Amino acid sequence: MDDALLIHRLHFAFTATFHYLFPQLTMGLALLIVILKTIALRRNDPVYNEATRFWGKIFGINFVLGVVTGIPMEFQFGTNWSAFSRFAGGIIGQTLAMEGMFAFFMESALIGLFLFGEKRLSPKAHWWTAFGVFIGSWLSGYFIIATDAFMQYPVGYYKAADGSLQLSSFWAFVLNPWAGWQYAHNMCGAATTGAFVMMAVGAFYLLSNKWSAHARVFVKTGVIVGCISSVLQVFPTGDSQGKMVTDLQPVTLAAMEGLFHGRPGAPLVILGQPNEQQGRIDNPVEVPGMLSMLTYRRWNAHVRGLDAFPKEDWPGNIPLLYYSYHIMVGLGTFFIAISVVSLLLLWRGALFNARWMLWILMLTMPFPYIANTAGWMTAELGRQPWLVYGLMRTADGYSKLVSAGNAMFTLIGFMGMYLVLGILGLFLLWREIEHGPVTAPLSNLQTAEAK
Amino acid sequence: MASLWFWIVAVMVVAYVVLDGFDLGSGAIYLLAAKTNDERRRVLRAIGPVWDGNEVWLIAAGGTLYFAFPQLYASSFSGFYLPLMIVLWLLILRAIGIEFRAHIQAPVWQDFFDVVFSLSSILLAVFFGVALGNVVRGVPLDSSGYFFEPLWTDFKLGPQTGILDWYTVLIGVIALVTLSAHGSYYIALKTDQDLGRRARGFALLCWPLQFFLTFSALVATYFIRPEVMTNYANHPIGLLVPVVVIASLAVMLWANPKGKEKLAFIASSLYITFLLVGAAFALYPVVLPARDHQYDLTILNTAAANHGLSVGLVWWTFSAVLAIAYFVFVYRTFRGKVQVGEGHY
Repeated sequence: MDDALLIHRLHFAFTATFHYLFPQLTMGLALLIVILKTIALRRNDPVYNEATRFWGKIFGINFVLGVVTGIPMEFQFGTNWSAFSRFAGGIIGQTLAMEGMFAFFMESALIGLFLFGEKRLSPKAHWWTAFGVFIGSWLSGYFIIATDAFMQYPVGYYKAADGSLQLSSFWAFVLNPWAGWQYAHNMCGAATTGAFVMMAVGAFYLLSNKWSAHARVFVKTGVIVGCISSVLQVFPTGDSQGKMVTDLQPVTLAAMEGLFHGRPGAPLVILGQPNEQQGRIDNPVEVPGMLSMLTYRRWNAHVRGLDAFPKEDWPGNIPLLYYSYHIMVGLGTFFIAISVVSLLLLWRGALFNARWMLWILMLTMPFPYIANTAGWMTAELGRQPWLVYGLMRTADGYSKLVSAGNAMFTLIGFMGMYLVLGILGLFLLWREIEHGPVTAPLSNLQTAEAK
Repeated sequence: MASLWFWIVAVMVVAYVVLDGFDLGSGAIYLLAAKTNDERRRVLRAIGPVWDGNEVWLIAAGGTLYFAFPQLYASSFSGFYLPLMIVLWLLILRAIGIEFRAHIQAPVWQDFFDVVFSLSSILLAVFFGVALGNVVRGVPLDSSGYFFEPLWTDFKLGPQTGILDWYTVLIGVIALVTLSAHGSYYIALKTDQDLGRRARGFALLCWPLQFFLTFSALVATYFIRPEVMTNYANHPIGLLVPVVVIASLAVMLWANPKGKEKLAFIASSLYITFLLVGAAFALYPVVLPARDHQYDLTILNTAAANHGLSVGLVWWTFSAVLAIAYFVFVYRTFRGKVQVGEGHY
C-alpha cells in the first residue's frame, strides 16, 4: 500500500475512533437522563433529581469532548479525502449538512439550558430541554449512519456525465434500508455504554459505602436499560444486520467469519486465528452448521467463502476484520450474561449486597467502549477495499496533493492533542465521580479536604 | 439554482463571522480587558451560553458547501490542508479553554486556560482573515481542479504562493482588529463597571486602525486583483457596499462614546457583513480564483446537480427557520448584562 494512502486512512481511523468514545456515552446518557428526569418529575423524588444533576455534569464534560473531536471529522472528508468528496459529495454532503442544520443547532441551543437553566426554567420546561438534547443527539447519530450506509450500500443516486454521483431520490438515500438496522444496532450499543457506565459508577459507590441511595438508583437503572439494550443488540438488530451483510456484502461476511472456502453446513468459528497463507483457521473452536443456520436459516445451506470472490475484492485486512468482529460478538454475549444475572439478582433483592457482582459491574465499564469500537471497525474494515461499495475504491479517494509527510504531520498533531484531551477528560470525570452526586451534607468532609 | 446556493453559503459564512466573531473577539481582548477573576468569569458568562451555537454556523456552512459545491469543498479543503488543520486544533484548544476553566477553582489551572482561550482566539481571528485573503488573491489551481499550498514560501505574490504572504497576512491583521473591536462592542453591551468601560476603550482604540486598514486593504486588493472591480462596474447596486461600510464605521465612532452599546454592536455587525458581502459580490460567479484564470472554480463547474440542490432547498429552508428560532430563544433567555453568581463559568 502506498504511504500516503496508509497515512490518510490512519488519520481518519484514529480521529474517528477517538471521537466516537464520546458520542456513544453522550447518546446513551441522554436516554438515561431522560429516564431519570421523568421518574424525578413523576415521583418528586430528590434522589432522582440529584442523580439527574450528577449525570448532567458528567454529560457536560463528555459533550464538550465529543463536540471538539467531532468538528475535525466534518473537515476531513475534504482535507484528506478530496477525490471521494468530489465524487460523492453531492449526496453524502446532504446528510452531513442536515446533521449540522437540524441536530447541532438544536443540541447547542438546548444543552446550555439543560445544564445551567434549571433555576430559570420550570421543572416541565427543564424536562423538555433534556428531551430535546436526547432527540438532537440521536438525530445526529442517524445522519451519520445514513452517510455511512450510502458508503456501504449506495442507493438513490445516478452517475453524472463528469463521473460524479448525484442524487436521484432523496428518500431512497435517507431511508436506505442499510441505515435502518445499522442505526438500531448502533444506538443499542450507545445505550449499552451509557447503562454500563452508570451501573459501574453505582457499583463503585456501593463498594465504597458512599451515597448508597443514589448508587442504588444508578445500578438499578443501568441494569434494566443495559439488559434491554444488550439483548436488542443481538436480536433483532445484530442478527438483521448480519443477514444484510450476507446478502449485500457476501465477501465481507466470509472474511468476518474467517470462511476461506465456501461449503454447505458452514461452521461458526468461536475462537481461532485466521491463517491467510494456508487459507484456514488455526486452532479452531467451532459450532458445526451454525453459520449456515444464522445466515440462511438452514443447517446445511451453502455459504460462499472467500474463494468465491476475486482476490482484489477481498477486504484488505482480513485478520483485523475477523478479530474486530469476534471481539464485538464475544463482548456482546458477555454483556447479556452479566446484565441478565444482575437483573435476576435485582429482582430477588440481592444485587446491592452481592459484592462479587458489583465488582464485575464496576470492572466491566471499559468493555462496551471496546465493543462499540470493534463494531465500527468491523463495519468499516468490512467495507474495504471500497470507499463507496462497488463504485469507488479506497485507494482512489484520498487527496492526491496532500503528501504523506504533511498528512503525517497532522496525524502526529492530532495524536498529541487527543492524548492531552483524553488525560484532561479522565481527570475531570474522575473528579466529578469523586465529588459524588450530592455536595451537602454527605461530602462536607471532602470539600473541607479539598480546601 | 447554483447562484442561490452561492448566496445561501455566503449568508451562512457571514452569520458565522458575525456571531462567532464576537466571541472570538471577546477572547482576543480577554487577557487585557478582563483583569480580575470576577471580570474574566463575566466575559465567559457573556459568551458561555452562545459560543457553541455560534460555532455551529461554521459546521453547518461547511456541510452546506459540501453538498451544494462538492468540487469546491474538495479542492479548497485539501488545498488549504495545513491552515485548516491548525484551525481545527485552535478550535479544540479554545473550546476546552472556555469549558474546562470553571471546573477547578485553582489560580494556576485558571490562568493556564485563560491564556489558552485568549491565544487561540487571537490566532483563529488571524487565520480566518488569512483564509479570506487567500480566496480573494487566488490559488495555484491547475487543470485537475486541485492545488496545494505550503504555509509560506517567500511571502511574495510569486507563481508559488504560500498561505501566508504579505497580502494575506494584512487581511489576517484586519480580521484580528475588526473582530477585537466587534468583541469589545459585545462585551461593552453585556457587562458594566470597569470591564464594560475598558471594553469601550478598546473599541475606541481599534477604530482608527480599522479605518486605516480597511482602506489599505481595498487599495492592496485592487493592486493585486484589478478584476475585483468588474462586478461593481457592471452592477452599480454593488456601490451600496462601500456606502454601508463607511456609514457603519461612522456610526461606531459616534455611538461608542455616547454609551449606545447596542447601536455600536449592530454597526460593527453591519460593517463585517458588508465587507464580506462586498468580497462575495466581487468574486461572483467565481468561488475560488486560480492564478491562471482558465482554471478558476466557479459556481457552474463546482455545483452539485439540480435535483439535489432543489431537494436541499426544501429541508434547508425548514431547518434554517428552526435554527433562527433556537437563536432567538437562547439570546432572549440570556439577555441583559451578565452577573456573577448563579450558574457555571
